[in-house]
Amino acid sequence: MTLAELRTGERAEITSINTHDPTVLRLMVLGLVEGVSVVQGKSALGGDPLEVHVAGCALSIRREQARCFEIKQ
Amino acid sequence: MADSQPVRIPVNSIKTLPKLAGTIVLVGPPNAGKSTLFNQLTGLRQKTANYPGVTVEKKQGRLRAGNVLLDAIDLPGIYSLSPASLDERIAVDVLLGRQHATQRPDGILAVLDATRIQQGLYLLRQLLDLQLPLVVALTMTDASQRRGLRLDIPALAERLGVPVVPVVATTGENLEQLRSALAEIPHTPTSQRSHSWPALQAAARAVLAKAPPRTSISQVEIERALIDQHSSLAVELAASLGQSAVTELATQSQQLFAAAPALATEARYGHGWARDQLQGLTGDSGFVSTIWNRMLTFAQQPVPAMLLFFVVMFMVFQAVFAWATPLMDGIDYVMSGLGQWVQSLLPAGLVSSLIVDGIIAGVGSVIIFLPQIMILFLFIIMLEDSGYLARSAFLMDRAMRALGMSGQSVIPLVASFACAVPAIMSTRVIATPRERLATILATPFITCSARLPVYALLIGAFVPATPYGGFNLQGMVLFGLYLLGIFGAGITALIVNKLLSRGEHTSFVMSLPDFRVPNIRTVLMQLLDRVRVFLRRAGRVIFVVTVIVWALAYFPRSEPAAIQTASDSSVAETRQNEQAAAQLENSFLGRAGKFVEPVFKPLGWDWKVSSAVIAGFPAREIMVAVLGTIYAVGDQADEQTLAQRLTESTWPDGRTVFTLPMVLGLLVFYALCLQCVATIAVMRRETNGWRWPVIAWVYMTSLGYLSALLIFQLFS
Repeated sequence: MTLAELRTGERAEITSINTHDPTVLRLMVLGLVEGVSVVQGKSALGGDPLEVHVAGCALSIRREQARCFEIKQ
Repeated sequence: MADSQPVRIPVNSIKTLPKLAGTIVLVGPPNAGKSTLFNQLTGLRQKTANYPGVTVEKKQGRLRAGNVLLDAIDLPGIYSLSPASLDERIAVDVLLGRQHATQRPDGILAVLDATRIQQGLYLLRQLLDLQLPLVVALTMTDASQRRGLRLDIPALAERLGVPVVPVVATTGENLEQLRSALAEIPHTPTSQRSHSWPALQAAARAVLAKAPPRTSISQVEIERALIDQHSSLAVELAASLGQSAVTELATQSQQLFAAAPALATEARYGHGWARDQLQGLTGDSGFVSTIWNRMLTFAQQPVPAMLLFFVVMFMVFQAVFAWATPLMDGIDYVMSGLGQWVQSLLPAGLVSSLIVDGIIAGVGSVIIFLPQIMILFLFIIMLEDSGYLARSAFLMDRAMRALGMSGQSVIPLVASFACAVPAIMSTRVIATPRERLATILATPFITCSARLPVYALLIGAFVPATPYGGFNLQGMVLFGLYLLGIFGAGITALIVNKLLSRGEHTSFVMSLPDFRVPNIRTVLMQLLDRVRVFLRRAGRVIFVVTVIVWALAYFPRSEPAAIQTASDSSVAETRQNEQAAAQLENSFLGRAGKFVEPVFKPLGWDWKVSSAVIAGFPAREIMVAVLGTIYAVGDQADEQTLAQRLTESTWPDGRTVFTLPMVLGLLVFYALCLQCVATIAVMRRETNGWRWPVIAWVYMTSLGYLSALLIFQLFS
């Protein structure tokens, strides 16, 4: 299951990350690394991008990139 | 006897002036309240310039800390020392002491947001390894309490080994405590903290050991080169490191990171470190201000946020007309009074005409729009400062992508309601080159503050102020012109996207700040800065152009001393006006205007309007100043305002020049045309060449001309 499939209000833990997409590295710097707990926020109009809460901050992330993050609930 | 007595002053009553003791830099993630704190610390003792060769603003100020003074530089916000944009690269270069003409800092003031403390500590770890004296200012502690977060600050300071001062930047709470912590910076020896990542330190030392002796390259620079192997820093270092050190760098990097990207490894390590520092120090205080939180959550939801956005934008345009009028009347009164006063002091002739018809009429006709521009800037600054713009970027991403732009294009597009120049610079945050180019070409369509004087003058003079359902028709026409600009921007981005799209990956990564009440002080300081820029332009560019236009309209003199002082006979007055008009027509300006008149005649413009439009190509608002000068020279200067003179302007056969179709065409021409040298210059710099600015100029000018032609021909 990836971050893109998490529903609004649900919590999950990041288990592995596909680092081949270079834009994912920037998200890792902002806090989306293995082992952290994330909460899915409301998505924008049209369901994309997503708002992901991690360690007290809200990050905007497009669905395409969210698929690079494997999660377990 | 009195003169022989020397004056004695007791030594202890002389107040020693504080000494300048060094330079500190303010570093922190974006939206951590860095600029607010900078303003609080330095007050009005600050100046803004650009870093040499680039259009990144360097904000510098001086602050008092205990009994010393410190120079302070407010750096662009960064999340880490791995720069992703030009602004971030400058920030990192200053920190590493690599920025040309900027001294290596003597200390760091790290500004971290208490609500996002882990993100802050990620950056702080890298800052600590720079081994400079460091003080942490913890902001947003009030917001953190409202959210029910608890943080043991003394214990955190103990663990980090640096002072941590909680501040409330908006109220100035604890600022004195922060100042005394900063006062210690000059006395702190270059620290030898234990490195946060021993393996990285060891690798960097191994590389440095292979470098030429007496190299000026520091260990920290090698560390950054190990992480960002393809950055410009790594490339520059490789050139001066020598072959064996470069080989060692590759070996060390292979050992440290193996196959994983170095940045990913650092991210994992850094966030692990940050979590360890916070272990057992954070928790839930159990106190949550629910009403505030509910309001925030509600306002940040997609539909309410969008509605709020449109309501705010609509109010802005109403306010621009409704609130500014009394202030503008005031300025108008002062300016015309000044003109009459000068006229009464000086004998009629060259000097009097230069000052009254040239300078006062020209510069004054632009200055009068200052209140409207201030209102516009005030709203934009508040939208930015409240975190609202960032939230709209997120909400609009999908819609913007449909147009070939990114959600991050929203920020430059809104900023270009003020001015396209900073807006084009702010497109740097857009990661995808195609989306960035589309945004750069779209921004000049958005109605900037320089178009406002032209719109305001023409709408004010020719559109009736009839109220329609509580709203003023003038405000609605203005809103329509703004919509036209937005529409033009969208279509243009769409065209660029169709022509250039190659289906590449795009990304949209940004941190979303919470809404907050804008800080009055920060807002006012920024407003003051914008006003200063506007007045400087009015004082320099517009002044010079006005004087040139006046001279072109005044020379050559048709008849020597033709114009006499006022006579009370109305016949004489008419003759005088005819004489003045003939003088203007035969002047250099008149001849030039007549020369280009055939091009613009199909649009319904006479030679006066044509020459004002031509003069306005370097900067739009000059058009108003030039009209001011032309019509002041043409008519015998009396108490008429420029708007009145325009309404009375006629063709030689007596038809009115400013008919409604002509005015609408002229407004649309201004809405679509790229009449701004500054925008063209910044486009050239940001796209690295003349290609795009030339394309944009030709495209926009033809679009403006054809639209004006269409409107005039259809409706006349």
